[in-house]
Amino acid sequence: MIRFEQVTLTYPGRSQPVLRNVDLRIPEGELALVVGRTGAGKSSLLQTINGLAPHFTGGTLAGRVTVAGRATNDYPPRELADVVGAVLQDPLDGFVTDTVEDELAYGMESVGLAPAVMRRRVEETLDLLGLGPLRRRSLRTLSGGEQQRVAVGAVLAQHPQVLVLDEPTSALDPGAAEEVLAVLQRLVHDLGLTVVLAEHRLERVVQFADRVVLVRDDGTVSDGAPGDLISQLPIAPPVVALGRLVDWSPVPLSVRDARRASTSLRATLALLPTPERPVPAVEGQPLVAADRVSVRYGGHTALDEVTLSVRPGEIVAVMGRNGAGKSSLLRALVGLVEPTAGGVAIGGGDPRQLTGRALTSLVGFVPQEPGDLLWADSVLAECRDTDADTGAGAGSTRARFDRLAPGVDPATHPRDLSEGQRLALALGVVLAGGATVLLLDEPTRGLDYATKERVVTDLRAHAAAGGAVLLATHDVELVAEVATRTVVLADAEIVADGPTAEVLIGSPQFAPQVAKVVAPLPWLTVGEVAAALEAVG
Amino acid sequence: MSLLGLHGARPRQLHPVAWWLWALGLAATATRTTNPVLLLSIVAVAALVVSARRGDGPWGQSFRSFLLLGVVVLAVRVLFEVLFGAPLPGTVILTLPDITLPEWTAGVRIGGSVTAEAVLAAIYAGLQLVAILACVGAANALVEPSRLLKVVPGALYEVAVAVVVALSVAPQAVVHTRRIREARHLRGRPPTGLRALAGIALPVLEGALERSLALAAAMDSRGFGRSRHVAPTERRVTAALVLLGLAAACVGGYALLDAGTPGWQGLAALVSGTVVAVGGLVRAGRRSVRTVYRPDPWRSPEWVTTLVGLATAAVTVGVALALGPEASGLTPPLSPLAWPELPVLPFLAVLLAAAPAVLTPAPQAAEVQPATGQRRPASPLARPRQQPDEVTA
Repeated sequence: MIRFEQVTLTYPGRSQPVLRNVDLRIPEGELALVVGRTGAGKSSLLQTINGLAPHFTGGTLAGRVTVAGRATNDYPPRELADVVGAVLQDPLDGFVTDTVEDELAYGMESVGLAPAVMRRRVEETLDLLGLGPLRRRSLRTLSGGEQQRVAVGAVLAQHPQVLVLDEPTSALDPGAAEEVLAVLQRLVHDLGLTVVLAEHRLERVVQFADRVVLVRDDGTVSDGAPGDLISQLPIAPPVVALGRLVDWSPVPLSVRDARRASTSLRATLALLPTPERPVPAVEGQPLVAADRVSVRYGGHTALDEVTLSVRPGEIVAVMGRNGAGKSSLLRALVGLVEPTAGGVAIGGGDPRQLTGRALTSLVGFVPQEPGDLLWADSVLAECRDTDADTGAGAGSTRARFDRLAPGVDPATHPRDLSEGQRLALALGVVLAGGATVLLLDEPTRGLDYATKERVVTDLRAHAAAGGAVLLATHDVELVAEVATRTVVLADAEIVADGPTAEVLIGSPQFAPQVAKVVAPLPWLTVGEVAAALEAVG
Repeated sequence: MSLLGLHGARPRQLHPVAWWLWALGLAATATRTTNPVLLLSIVAVAALVVSARRGDGPWGQSFRSFLLLGVVVLAVRVLFEVLFGAPLPGTVILTLPDITLPEWTAGVRIGGSVTAEAVLAAIYAGLQLVAILACVGAANALVEPSRLLKVVPGALYEVAVAVVVALSVAPQAVVHTRRIREARHLRGRPPTGLRALAGIALPVLEGALERSLALAAAMDSRGFGRSRHVAPTERRVTAALVLLGLAAACVGGYALLDAGTPGWQGLAALVSGTVVAVGGLVRAGRRSVRTVYRPDPWRSPEWVTTLVGLATAAVTVGVALALGPEASGLTPPLSPLAWPELPVLPFLAVLLAAAPAVLTPAPQAAEVQPATGQRRPASPLARPRQQPDEVTA
């Protein structure tokens, strides 16, 4: 269905090609998962499939990409629209119309289908993706998962043979991500669609993949069955890491496989003492305090009488569905939103009174759109700006960024970075500020496992030095790894607040993979299991 | 009502072209009269129809802004008349201190005596602008721009999309500016001041550009801009037809609305120009492969709306041509000061233009929030259900 023959893609102004000598064949009806490090060229690989690269992005493409017999050299993206459906990283950016129904019809209108055919296909697509009740809704009022499903539906209605998706679940809560992945799997199984998707959260998708395509940093690509290739990767989702730890063969890719293989492991663990999780001494004044905080926008209640405090040494995770009020809580704490009722204190004072250095030395905030924080025209200038602003030693921000995302050309414009690299730069800028309190909104979106591990190390060091961290995230594996306490928000209220293990274990949605495998035993991460097994030899 | 098959009819949006023709008919009427009673009744009719038939979307609220703009225009018009207006002979109601300007500004005057006639003339002229703005505002409130896209002829579709996308840039830029200012504050830089302005404007521009590029990429990969192959001569002929036709139609329209030119000349130019331009557009449209999903139907309510709108203009123009502007009461005399007479026939025609408020189907309510009664489970641990978007996003 898709064929790459000796494809090399070079963008102007770059000395190194993004993709180098790629030979790849993806047969009809497969779900191919594209993996690679942050910024390795996964998005570029996807864009070559429907001709956006090089027709739209510029650059030169040597070799040949053929989709359903059409070479992208000869056909621009619009002439491939009936064969390849492409869904962007942020679905909202790609919406052309205002309502769900019009959006589904848009592509068919462009291709010139008869009105009767469009009418029927729109209804079929609404049913297929469960969008019927939303048909007249405005696209901007939909939740993230719904938007992603509409974006998939909008390209599906054109009856493409190939579906290309770039990080379809990175912005979604675990429930919504499952929903989107279930739809994709159904399309592959029932309709014989060929799906190519890039995703960092391997733990979510690898079990559905028929083929894994690995993009290396130098632009070369290799592919193979998930079981073969995933075990070669230096970094892997928790089930795979667990399988490697205890030498299961074949390496399990899903919780189900791991659970079936884990009978003896569970028997061993049941006899061991449960892992000890050092609870930070809850002494001293809370660094962050919210007292019965409510936030309302118009008629919509984003937070309702939320009380929360974070003390020095604590790393608190805030979880909950898209729209549960996580971002509003963080924004209220940093003083961007004035609470409708209740009080907020950071370091004992009102954050709304602080400006300049007084603010940055106390609190560092990474918003959901990390790119907002960056304004210089190169990575280097951005780092120098930060050094000057914060009084940190020259080069200290740069050093931090290089550790988080190694190998980035310092002359690169921040907007040309990949999504993950941009987040790493924003994190570097904020961490370099030396603030006592860190508030992070989705700090792992688009990050690969290695970068995530380095972020975890940094956060732990920050807490150990007496700082406090509050992070809002959908990433359960990150929470299991780093959070000392977890708060669950639902419908603008706190519904759970306790030690991470207590909150996560037993939750069908928020339990990390290891906890699901060894349930009902209270182990959360591969690291904990490894430590326990090591203790007994 | 049953005549139009409206009884029990399904709510739907009226055809965008019908609303625009109706509004243009009313606006054309307004350009032919300075009679305040007639002008105010045009504003009232527009307001009535808008309140009865506007949609729930953000555009539905735009009528009020147009009225406000009209009031500002009126106030500025009167203020300028008082300050700088050429003196009209008549009743002096106010004498401002006169500023003597040098010789070379001959004709410009600041202050001096203000006559009631001059103020009245300014009010009449201002009201005319208010009425025209109200008509345009009504069309805007009744038709969302994106729905207008559906009826744009194939040849103009791509240009129209560019216009609609450009319109969406402004509100997005406002949101983006707020986010960048917040980010500056968070990094300890002052969010106001001259240096901040540069630091904010550049990222906002970059962001707008980036979003437009992302949208363009999405549209391209979904087949936007596909076209059939057409011979170059054919393309040149169509372009010439369209340009000639539009030019003729513009000249004709101007002549028709300008009271100084004989009406039949303007009408002839307008009609022939329009025919040629439409012919050219239809030819050009053959190049486009585009089809329209669920095209808006054109039924009896559309006919009624269009006809009452155009009839109002026709009656007014007819009366003006037959009786002359002053005798008909369409342009009330300024001196001697008197209560303007009501031109009966045009007034009735304007009242008739309110008919669409009842003779059209009710618009369907847009669903902005999820249907009520579907309460989300309180626990996040239960099976996930979707939520409305976070407002801060």
